Amino acid sequence: MAEEKLQRLEVVTPQAKVYGQDIRFVVIPGTEGELGILPEHAPMVSALKTGLVRVQNEGNTLKIAVSGGFAEVRNSKVTVLANAAEREDGIDVERAKAAKERAEQRLATKDPDIDLDRAEAALKRALNRLRAKGY
Amino acid sequence: MASLRDLKRRIKSISSTQKITKAMKAVAAAKMRRAQDNVLAARPFARRVRDVLGRVGSASVGMKHPLLAVREPQKVAYIIVTADRGLCGGFNANVIKMGVQETRKHPNADLITIGRKGKDFFHRRGYNIAQQYIGTGKADLGLTNEVARFVIDKYTAEEYDEVYLIYSQFINVIVQKPVVQKILPVEPPGGEADEKKVDYIFEPDAENIMDSLLPMYIQNSLFQALLENNAGFFSAQMTAMDNATKNASEMIDRLTLTMNQARQAAITTEISEIVSGAAALE
Repeated sequence: MAEEKLQRLEVVTPQAKVYGQDIRFVVIPGTEGELGILPEHAPMVSALKTGLVRVQNEGNTLKIAVSGGFAEVRNSKVTVLANAAEREDGIDVERAKAAKERAEQRLATKDPDIDLDRAEAALKRALNRLRAKGY
Repeated sequence: MASLRDLKRRIKSISSTQKITKAMKAVAAAKMRRAQDNVLAARPFARRVRDVLGRVGSASVGMKHPLLAVREPQKVAYIIVTADRGLCGGFNANVIKMGVQETRKHPNADLITIGRKGKDFFHRRGYNIAQQYIGTGKADLGLTNEVARFVIDKYTAEEYDEVYLIYSQFINVIVQKPVVQKILPVEPPGGEADEKKVDYIFEPDAENIMDSLLPMYIQNSLFQALLENNAGFFSAQMTAMDNATKNASEMIDRLTLTMNQARQAAITTEISEIVSGAAALE
């Protein structure tokens, strides 16, 4: 059997490198829709929305919750530059739930001092983290 | 010669100072390790953002983006990053010195200070401080976001024509080097020479990508500067406190010697007084 082609996936945030491995297939949440990337994809740069990066490797799927940033694809190398990224095995469900409730309360108060865009973004991020955990 | 009592008092005071410097050294060492880990963890991201920007920049040459616009530098701003606290040798002074030199090129420049030491210095000397931020102890993205937004707004409003960033680069524990970096207009770093120009597919489109990639780059440069500053500060403080502790030991040794000599002299005098007193009785 021919050797399976792999591509390198790296997920980095300003604080740390979250993921770096050779993998088979990855889905990234582009602003224009989800993008499935296989090895030898054409060079591409895409903006990311808050969502899940799904990594498929040797039959396993790993989800990484990312928010904002970019992905660059070039020479079978996928680089995800996210403002924040959390692997599903590193997500604290309790914290995410608390963040979700906080954001919901903020949105519900309709206080003019509250930055609605920010609260909404926070809610989206919290939901995204919970989604990665399968909630 | 100083009296025995004076010497004793000085030794006591120096050894209590030594206790403080020793404790500060231990604290700085612990914090340095964390700050150092943070810098090292953040470098891959900074490098990748720079790489991507370099490649995307060369793929979209000729694009007009407000943050790439080069103008005649009428009004220049400097962002100067220092620590909030001192007791760290020449660490802050080196950055400040560089700041003074650089601003001489543009005497009416605006300053944006991050860190208390820089603010104090430039404020006292009557520089124009447009914005000041303190609390650099923990580098957080909120602060760098704010600074980045401020300079980007000023730049797009054409109030600033060039923005520079001055901070201490963390080379290693012993060496921190003050550096000047031009952050606006953004000059996309050149890709490696042997690299072919890549024909990218942009999603949604090149302008949109640049709209968020450029601010991200600026913000990340600031974030990186803050991290480097912190790691450098704690290393400098650790080194300074280590030296202070050593100096204190040396002083204590010298004073103890002097004190012992003084005590011996006093004893000798006493003995000879007793002996001569006894002789007089015979």
